[in-house]
Amino acid sequence: MGESNKKTIIMFSGELDKAMAGLIIANGAAAMGDEVTMFFTFWGLNILRKPEKIKVKKNFLEGMFGWMMPRGAKKLGLSKMNFGGMGAVMMKKIMKDKNVNTLPELISSAQELGVKMVVCTMSMDVMGIKEEELMDGLEFAGVATYLGDADEARVNLFI
Amino acid sequence: MAEYEINARGLQCPGPIVKLFNQSKTAEPGDIIKIEVTDQGFKKDVMAWCKKTGCDLVELKEENNVISATIKKN
Repeated sequence: MGESNKKTIIMFSGELDKAMAGLIIANGAAAMGDEVTMFFTFWGLNILRKPEKIKVKKNFLEGMFGWMMPRGAKKLGLSKMNFGGMGAVMMKKIMKDKNVNTLPELISSAQELGVKMVVCTMSMDVMGIKEEELMDGLEFAGVATYLGDADEARVNLFI
Repeated sequence: MAEYEINARGLQCPGPIVKLFNQSKTAEPGDIIKIEVTDQGFKKDVMAWCKKTGCDLVELKEENNVISATIKKN
């Protein structure tokens, strides 16, 4: 195997197309033998939410936030031409017909390839998302953890 | 020396290189991996993948829109 190096990807956005782009790059990089860290922050947290409603203690605003944001990878809209969700439905149909991996498939494939997924705890706090509401296999940390990995990385993306 | 065959027909990017990588992890140096892919981007991708992972691209051909690559792990 050739020289191994690192890549870091900041997953800031919570839209289907952007999340897919980030995860395709993460899967590809891991398949090239690289160490990949994905740092999920702000709207990017929604990609990792469990699809079911989890009973956790929240205040009113946190509850409202949680209710208004998409619950998980299957619920995300498109960043362009979403048309109240119709765009995302059509895009998913086209991708299925063309045998493109779904977002949940890309997430589990990335995890199997050893992609490190770090969730920003400040974003969790701001948006009222609790650990129990997020999928398994994640790490919880702050910007220093991301910067530590980014310092060693040759590629760093903000999506 | 072992020889592995992967059918990655119908898979879209990054499916083929993920399959290739997973197979190469279990392969020993000197082993041969043959992979068949229909994603047209794979022709360039397999070259980049081999260069990055230090494998040899022994053969690359295309027939009826199926790309077949033979790769030797080093």
